[in-house]
This record gives sequence, structure tokens and C-alpha cells, in this order.
Amino acid sequence: MSSSGSTLTERGPALEERGPGPVNVTLSVNGAEHSVRIEPRVSLLDALRERLDLTGAKKGCDQGTCGACTVWVDGRRVLACLTLAMTCEEHEVTTVEGLARDGELHSMQQAFIEEDAFQCGFCTPGQIMSAVALLGEGHGDDDDGIKEWMSGNLCRCAAYPHIRAAFRAVRDRD
Amino acid sequence: MTTAIGAPLDRVDGRPKVTGKARYSADVPMPDMAYACLVNSRIANGRVTGIDTSEAEEEAGVLAVLTHENLPRIASQPPLVPSLAGGPAPGETFFPMQDEVVHYGGQHIAMVVADTYERAQHAAALVRVSYEESPPVTTIEQGRDQAYEPDAIFAGFIPGRTERGDVRTGLSQADVQVEATYTYAGNNHNPIETSTTTARWDGDELVLHDATQGVNATQLTVAALLGLPLSKVRVKSQFVGGSFGGKAMIWHHPALAALAARKVGRPVKLALTREQMFTSCGHREVQEQKITLGAKDDGRLTALRHHKLSPTSPFDNWAEPSLNAAGQMYACPNYEGVYRLFRANTMTPTFMRAPGDATGMFSLECAMDELAERLGLDPLELRLRNFADVDPASGNPWSSNGLSECYERGAARFGWHDRDPRPGARREGNWLIGTGMAAACYPVTPPNTPQRARARLYADGSVVVQASTPEFGTGVATAMAQVAADALAVPVDRCRLEKGDTDFPQIAAAVASSGAGMISAAVHLAATALRDQLIAQAVADSTSPLHGANPADVVVRDGVMAAGSASESYADLLRRNLQPDAEAMGTWNPPPPDTPYGMATFGAQFAEVAVDPELGLIRVRRMTGAFAPGRVLNSKTVRSQLMGGMLWGLGQALLESNHMHPATGRWVNSSLGEYLVAVNADAPDVDIEIIEVEDGVVNPLGVKGVGEIGQVGANAAIANAVHHATGRRVRKMPITIEDII
Repeated sequence: MSSSGSTLTERGPALEERGPGPVNVTLSVNGAEHSVRIEPRVSLLDALRERLDLTGAKKGCDQGTCGACTVWVDGRRVLACLTLAMTCEEHEVTTVEGLARDGELHSMQQAFIEEDAFQCGFCTPGQIMSAVALLGEGHGDDDDGIKEWMSGNLCRCAAYPHIRAAFRAVRDRD
Repeated sequence: MTTAIGAPLDRVDGRPKVTGKARYSADVPMPDMAYACLVNSRIANGRVTGIDTSEAEEEAGVLAVLTHENLPRIASQPPLVPSLAGGPAPGETFFPMQDEVVHYGGQHIAMVVADTYERAQHAAALVRVSYEESPPVTTIEQGRDQAYEPDAIFAGFIPGRTERGDVRTGLSQADVQVEATYTYAGNNHNPIETSTTTARWDGDELVLHDATQGVNATQLTVAALLGLPLSKVRVKSQFVGGSFGGKAMIWHHPALAALAARKVGRPVKLALTREQMFTSCGHREVQEQKITLGAKDDGRLTALRHHKLSPTSPFDNWAEPSLNAAGQMYACPNYEGVYRLFRANTMTPTFMRAPGDATGMFSLECAMDELAERLGLDPLELRLRNFADVDPASGNPWSSNGLSECYERGAARFGWHDRDPRPGARREGNWLIGTGMAAACYPVTPPNTPQRARARLYADGSVVVQASTPEFGTGVATAMAQVAADALAVPVDRCRLEKGDTDFPQIAAAVASSGAGMISAAVHLAATALRDQLIAQAVADSTSPLHGANPADVVVRDGVMAAGSASESYADLLRRNLQPDAEAMGTWNPPPPDTPYGMATFGAQFAEVAVDPELGLIRVRRMTGAFAPGRVLNSKTVRSQLMGGMLWGLGQALLESNHMHPATGRWVNSSLGEYLVAVNADAPDVDIEIIEVEDGVVNPLGVKGVGEIGQVGANAAIANAVHHATGRRVRKMPITIEDII
């Protein structure tokens, strides 16, 4: 990613030691606060899926190679399977469920439907979260850029040309 | 008449898929859910001599640890029969954790159940296993000397040897011969959704949410394994996150999830890890194929000999049917096809997209390219000269064909005829540019059992059709709404498919490109029966404006039945009679095996590559495919599926390879970081033309399916383009950097 100044990796004020047993963790997801009691080893992905019933982010590999779990933390795309949930306290998590506003699809979601940018749909939440983030990252001006910066999200149905078409449609409209 | 069929409608399940609302088998919330994790054998041959579960059992939250010492024995092991046949369909005739023997690396040897996923995963790592290990056999080099010729493969459906004419005579008549051996890496399906089952017992009834290509296949297989009546096993599958054959047969995890749930008295979710996807649901086997072609000077084939050698499991005679399409493709009077197998420490191989024909047609189409070069003929011209007017395998006429149009239109779109035939003649900077083509053929395989669907029209005019099939990316829900709309003559947006549940009418597993044909057949017949039933009701109803009309004179448009000036809508008919709905079943009896037609889907593939001969890089710059898949139900989703298949061909040609460690008998690259699949940067834009051909034999709507044909031949077109670019014949898949520099 091109973004600099990662607040996620900065060392904060002296942190209390918590765990290894279950601890209370407060997560802000899609604008709503949630309190969960989880072990510190719980990934953001499993916290979202198994504790908050936000199953839009998918588990395709659990090792950071497929991108199906892509969500945003403070607006940056991250792999939720490689992110510990408790490190997201005091950060804003956005999942695909938080993208549509009042039932109105985000233009990228609409473009994915119109361009048929998916088949089975399993990687789609991650693709869309990556694609919307890429709009703001400044690497999607041409197809080579889209190809490169969307290559962290595998689509085994191989809808890639249509994913690029959906991205272009939104980029050129907005 | 409405004409919903063929229209490029958006997917009806687009909205749930782009909003994260679509629930896959791991997304079904249940109170008090427990989680199962599997422990896998670290050896590939031998036995478990000790298994210490005490440490795992002491971990917080652990509910059960199951091994061969305490897992209940299965009730019966059904035979291996492809799931399209409509019966139980185990992926292999072996069920793990029944004894201490280890047959292959990664075999399930224990299962831990805990109250959270993290605790189950951690405890699984604490199961201590000791082994007695014997040297494994896994590679072709290790097994070649023990090869045998089976009587039959594929559960007896395909003979081990097929002959027509006399191949030796044919070779003796040839002016030119080409003989070449092609080697293939093994492949893994790697759908992004790993295979997952969530199991729940409701008293003595088992409910499974399973990632499967056929809910009935899961139901039948699990019921047989656990000794349960079919009426006590219900399987649901709303959305499946890709399959590509990896969920076509029913492997061990659904039954294991059910056993785990029964043991702990809670719902259990069992999601395979990515690594386990390499050793839990089959694979496309590593293989070697040898082709001998004989031809006259004018290019006409006189002989085709096609032999295959591949490893199978200790339990089953399985090879993907690589000789099928290649034996049907060209007019050739003398043919010999032989499968040879050897027993290896691997699980039973299985279907993977374009099963058999992705490899068999690669061999044939690369050999044809070599033959064209030897004869100084254009590769396309050579294929035209060997066009098969009838099915060479049976001598029967084709139910439909379209291949000539595919050649013509594909070549025109691609610009094939401008090609300089000399290899290595075209250069752009550091890149050598080449083009190649190949033919595509995939047999139409009807299911063996009747296929059923139900159609229901409500008094508000809306329509629901029901069939048990799951949706794994094919767009079935969209296409079947289109089929129902045309059969009933109602607007397509009033029609909806309810699917993915064994409580709905039975559909065989949607495999081998059969789904669209067989499901549309059942839905079409059900909806047509409902239309006829409603017309019959109206003309017999003394209060209907249509009373007394001849049913054959009644036409329906937008849900309104009309005969001359009299008309009445379906909805009015039902409402006046105080009927909330009306429904009808449709049952399609597929064409029997002795149907006197050759049935196959054809296409033509073209590819342009750029090769950097110093760095060994290969980039596919563009691909064109022309296909004749019978009737197209939705031209948008069909194009997407064909495109996906072509890009699978790219992946198989250049990327995909599971690597076996010959000493340990284990895969060494069991992750998506190391087993390479095509990513966005690998995928060029793809150009597709669809040639619609009428087919009155395969099924009522003449649908031949598109799941496989896009992949067949795409790999060969790329390999032939690499040769054209560089002058180098690479007779293996994938073609990698080492093959070029």
C-alpha cells in the first residue's frame, strides 16, 4: 500500500497485559460499537464472523494469500485473517456490510453486478473492499495499475477482466 | 411470446453477493456452535502406532477428541460412482479413522471438537501421533514399473482400452508420423471457499449445510455411511464458493461433521483449512500421455494412438477420462486408446474442471500442431481437413455440431489468417510474439436418473420453481427464472428459483457441464405442465371467458391466456376459484446411453503470447474463443463462465502445479502462496463468440452447457503459441521459466 504513517503499528502508551484467557474487547464495526469476550489470539476475521455474525468477509486461506477477508481498518484495506481483533480497538473497522448506505448500493457494488464481475461470489466482498480502497490509493489510472493492485484478491472463477471493467466504470464515473 | 431465454440479465443473486448477505455453508449461525479441526497424517504410507490425546483433551473448551480408537465405525461404504449418476457418490471407497493404517499423506487421523475455533485448532496441534513408516510410492517414476491396464476406470463407465479399426495398419498407411509424450503436473481445485460442513442434529434427524455440487449426493452418501434413513438426512446449500469438481464427489468431512455433532450434542462447523484442501477432496492426477499420429501427405489422419499412465489410490481404479474427447474430435478410422494405472499412496483422484479433456485435448492439439508443421499446413487448415462429419467413436450423427462456424468466426475475430507461420519470426523489443490455436471438444454426458422440478404459480401472478440444485457460480437461479418465464409466458421478474435443499425435487449433482441442461429440462417441463394445467382449467371453467375454447388455440402472453377475443389472466382464474396457488411437477427422463447420436460441445481457441527468451517470461496477451454450446440460457453469465474456463486454461498452461516430495510422499506447496493460480495481473482481456446451434436430442431446450468447454484447448493454444513465438516445443504443463531459458 502507498499510504504512509501507519497508526496501526505505532507503539501506544504503555499497554496493560491482557490474556491469554478471554478478555473484553470493544470493536467499532461499520459505525457500531460491539463488546466481545475473546482470547487475544482471535483474528479480526474470526471475531467478525463467529462473534458478530458479520459473515461478509470470507475465510479462504487464513494465511493472507487469497484476499477474501479484506476489510478496512481506518479506511485502509487489511487482511482480517492476519489481523488480531484486539489490535483494532480504538480503530474503525469497515466490512462489506457497511458499504451500502440506507439500502443503496455503493457504486462499486452496482458496477460489480452490471459487469458480472463475479460468479460464485465468495471472493466478491474482498474484491469490492479492495476495489473501493484502490479508488483512493491512486494506482488505478490504467489497466496495468488495476491488475497489479487488485492481484492480492484471488478470484478462482477468474472474473478478472470483468472486475477491471467494474473498477473502470466507477473510476470514470466518479 | 416472451423471450427471456438468452437475455443478458444481471444475476438475481448479485445483490446478496455484493453486500455480503449471501450465506455460504460456513456462514450459517447456530446457537451453541462447536468447531471441529482435523489432524492429518504426517506420513504417506504405514500405520499409526500410538496416538496420545491427553494433552489435547485437557485444553480449555475441548469437547471431544476422536481417533480411530473411538470414532464409530461407518455403517457401509458405498461404491465409487460419479455423482452425476444420482446415487451415493463417495470420492473414494475408503473412510478414515476406522483403523490405524495410513494410505496417503494428509489422511485424516484425528478430529478435535471445541467450543471455539481457536481452541479446537490449538488442541489439534497437541494430539501426539507416532508412526511406523514405509517408503511411499507417489510419482510416475516410482510407479511406472508396476503399471497395469485396468478393465475399466471411472466406476466401470469407461473401458480401460478402446479400439477402432487397426491402429497398426493405419500407421503403416501414413506418409507422416508424429509421436510425442506429454507430461502433466497434478492440479488442485482450490475454490476460494474451502469445503465446509455445518452439522446439526434435531433429535434423530440430521441437518447439514454443505458446500457441494449436489445436495442429494451429500444426503445419499452420508446416509449410507452413517446407516441413516434418507428421510432423516436433510442437506441445504444456498451458496457454494466455487467448486470446479472439488465438491462434485462427497468426501469424508460431511460425515465426520455429523459424527462430531452427535458426539458433543451441539451443532458443529467443520471447515477444511487451505492446506487440507490438498489432501481431502481429490485432485487432478499427475499424468503422462503418449500420442502417435499417422497422416497422409494431404493431412488426413490414418491413425491415432493415445496412451495414458497415471497413479491411482490403493482403493479405486480412477483416472480422469483423458481419452474421451480426443477420440471423438477428428475423423480417423484407426484408433487405440489405453489407460494404464499404478497404485500409489495418494487419495483417489477426482473430477477437476474439464476432467480428462483438459489434458487429453492438450496432447492431441499440440500433436496436431506438430503435424501441421511437418506437413507445411496451416494448423487450422489441418483441422478442417480432419473434420468429423459423424461421431468417430460411434459412427452416429452429431446431435448438433457448429465446429466449422467456431473455426471460421474465431479465426476472423482473432485475425488468424494474417499469421506468418514461421516460428520466432515476430519480435517486439525483448519479446518474441507468437500465436497458436487449438480445437475444443467436450462430451455431453446426460445424467442417469430422472430429473425433477416443481413449478408453482401464486394467485398474485408470481412464480416459484423449485429444484434441489445448489448455486456455485453458474448463475442457475437467474437462468432458471428465464426458463420458467418463457414456459409460462410470464415476466421474468415474477419468477424465482428456490434451490439448494433436499426437500425440493431431486436434481443430480451439477457436474460435467450437465447442470444447465438437466435443470432447465426439469424446470421447463414443470412450468410447461403448469401452463397446460391452467389452460385446461380455464377452458373447463364455465365462469371463465375462455370456457369451451380449444386448449390448443390458447396463447399466453404476460400471464394472460387468450383465445380469439376472450382472455383471462392466470391470476384471475385462481382468484375467482379461491385458489391460493397452482402447481405442477416436471420430470425429465434423460436420453439413454444407447441414444443413436454423438453428443458433444465444440469450440475453437486462439491465443497470442509474448515470450522473453532471456528471462523465460511468458505473458498471454489476448485470447479468443468461439464456442457452440447449443442454446444459451443467459448470454451474460454464459460468457462469464466461458471466460473463466479460458483463464483456467491459462492457469493450467503456465501456473498450476502441485509438487510431490518423492521421499516423503507429501505435497510441498499446499497453499495459495505456493500453488499458483491466475491472479488479476495474469489475466488478459478475453474475446468470446457464441455460436448458437439447435439440438433436439440432448434435452428439451437443447442446452449443452459451458462449464468445461471454455477450458478445453485453451492450454494447447497457448503452448502452440509459445512454440510459434520461440520455435521450442514444450510438451508439459505447466510451461515454466525453466522450459524457456
